[in-house]
Amino acid sequence: MARINLQQLKHSYGSTSGGEPDYALKEINAVWEDGGSYALLGPSGCGKTTLLNIVSGLLVPSEGKVIFDDVDVTNMPTSERNIAQVFQFPVVYDTMTVFDNLAFPLRNRGFAESEVIPRVNEIAKMLELEDSLKKRAARLTADGKQKISLGRGLVRKDVSAIMFDEPLTVIDPHLKWKLRSKLKELHQRLGITMIYVTHDQTEALTFAEQVVVMHDGLVVQTGTPVELFEYPKHTFVGNFIGSPGMNILPAENINGEIGFEGCLIKTSSKADLQTLQGKLEIGIRPEFISFVDECSDSNNSSAIPVEIIRVNDLGKFKIVEVKHEQHLIKLISPEQYSIPSLSPRIIFDPDKTRLYADSWVVD
Amino acid sequence: MINKTTNQKAWFFVIPVIILVAFNALIPLMTVVNYSVQDTFGNNLFFWEGVKWFEDVLNSPRFHDSFLRQMAFTGTILLIEIPLGIAVALAMPRKGPWVSVCLILMALPLLIPWNVVGAMWNIFALPDIGLLGYSLNALGIDYNFTQGPIAAWITTVLMDVWHWTSLVVLLAYAGLVSIPDAYYQAAKIDGASNWAVFWRIQLPKMKRVLTIAILLRFMDSFNIYTEPFVLTGGGPGNTTTFLSIDLVKIALGQFDLGHAGAMSLIYFFIVLLVSWVFYTLMMRNET
Repeated sequence: MARINLQQLKHSYGSTSGGEPDYALKEINAVWEDGGSYALLGPSGCGKTTLLNIVSGLLVPSEGKVIFDDVDVTNMPTSERNIAQVFQFPVVYDTMTVFDNLAFPLRNRGFAESEVIPRVNEIAKMLELEDSLKKRAARLTADGKQKISLGRGLVRKDVSAIMFDEPLTVIDPHLKWKLRSKLKELHQRLGITMIYVTHDQTEALTFAEQVVVMHDGLVVQTGTPVELFEYPKHTFVGNFIGSPGMNILPAENINGEIGFEGCLIKTSSKADLQTLQGKLEIGIRPEFISFVDECSDSNNSSAIPVEIIRVNDLGKFKIVEVKHEQHLIKLISPEQYSIPSLSPRIIFDPDKTRLYADSWVVD
Repeated sequence: MINKTTNQKAWFFVIPVIILVAFNALIPLMTVVNYSVQDTFGNNLFFWEGVKWFEDVLNSPRFHDSFLRQMAFTGTILLIEIPLGIAVALAMPRKGPWVSVCLILMALPLLIPWNVVGAMWNIFALPDIGLLGYSLNALGIDYNFTQGPIAAWITTVLMDVWHWTSLVVLLAYAGLVSIPDAYYQAAKIDGASNWAVFWRIQLPKMKRVLTIAILLRFMDSFNIYTEPFVLTGGGPGNTTTFLSIDLVKIALGQFDLGHAGAMSLIYFFIVLLVSWVFYTLMMRNET
């Protein structure tokens, strides 16, 4: 068990000599508490697998430190780190039985058979693999093999953390949910730190207590699923999380107030606009946009006139695509509300409208 | 479920293959079968002999001897080439500019015509002028492959190892590079030793290509003719007279077509049987 502390991690796969290296990880600072469940979420190529491999010791970072509790493990080989990893494609030792597969890490570390047998049986029971212990591992289905990979991590009592590198990629959809609940259950039962890499927001948001969103070699936000939804610190988070993602619209400074194509917009930001540098944008989730009720607030000054482009009726709600000037805006309208046909106007919920300067949120 | 439909027209599309196979395999093979059950004294006069030639071959000490020599040769080169091939493949780089250099170097012996290989080794090993033969003798080792049976054997085996180990290397290398990195990473995490990585990951993953390598090397070495023919001509005496050299001596030297036909069929049957048994055993556990 350990608290994982990443300090100023940078990594480049190319050589650092001559010219500016191409960093896969630009700078990562993070503290992952012992026993937590974390998801590293981001699109392909954002550096999440690189980060995972650095933590597990398969890669040595170009710069920075990896600290487990108080021990600097940056240059320590994987086998000494007490880390387990489950890979994207199931890794099993084909020629061995399921039992031997699970016993492999223990036997390699010189445990006596009298310790190995009860431990393997215990883990097999937890993973519901008892019935196939005598089978050759190669004969199991993909989800069974993934359980073996996980089991090889769990059998070691000294494991500090288990890392998952998109472990459900090759699992049938109807088994994904089952395996994910199993993981969650094991996490609660054993209290092992779990770090889960994925590009699938549903997986990340349902599995983890803390989601670490990565983008282009940087951690852009770490937070609970609710925080990521309500308060994206970076436009990327807003866009990446949620379906459809946050609307990101260009903003301008109109005499100290925020404007969007001539309309004044109220946001949650209390910053003084005059001090802000860089490109201004506003972000508003489709859930927090509504049509103006013509009767009640026809004089609402912050309402934005729009043109309706398309309506997707998804049953419980409708996704409405509207246009103001050249900007496409998506909003979610509850099923029971009708969509105005004559000169529709929309308003943003000011508490949920965020202001961004150069893609980073302004409080 | 897929419903199979019957369509006799399909035979039509197989005809070109049947014709091709008929001309390059079936008809020549049937000619041999034809010879093996008859005797001839020329002038296209044939007499029915039944299985007499087969009995003759199976009871002939000469056949037993060349068969044993053949087994010893094939066994020796397999024992050397397979482990050596795996070892070389393991030592080859997986990435970087040296990969192509190694691959080309490995492929070179395979590109040389077989009789040229025989001629090269003949000259290379000649005791008076060859680099190998002269050097060995200069070192005080009495080496003369044209007269000493052991020297002839060692030279023949060395030549085959030189010529064909590359094939095993290339196949084993192909098997090795196809193993995903995750396996090595998992092995590191599980604390596996290098030996365990070889035994539990690399060897099982190479099983299919090695099966092919062993089969190819078995069949080719069991049928070996050109290289020992050029190198030693089967001598000294009969010490390197392998099955096919013996067969050619009988068929073309003595013009004993019936005997040679029966021997060819027995020979063919042995290769087929061993290959089939081996392949079946190796693939028994594959899903």
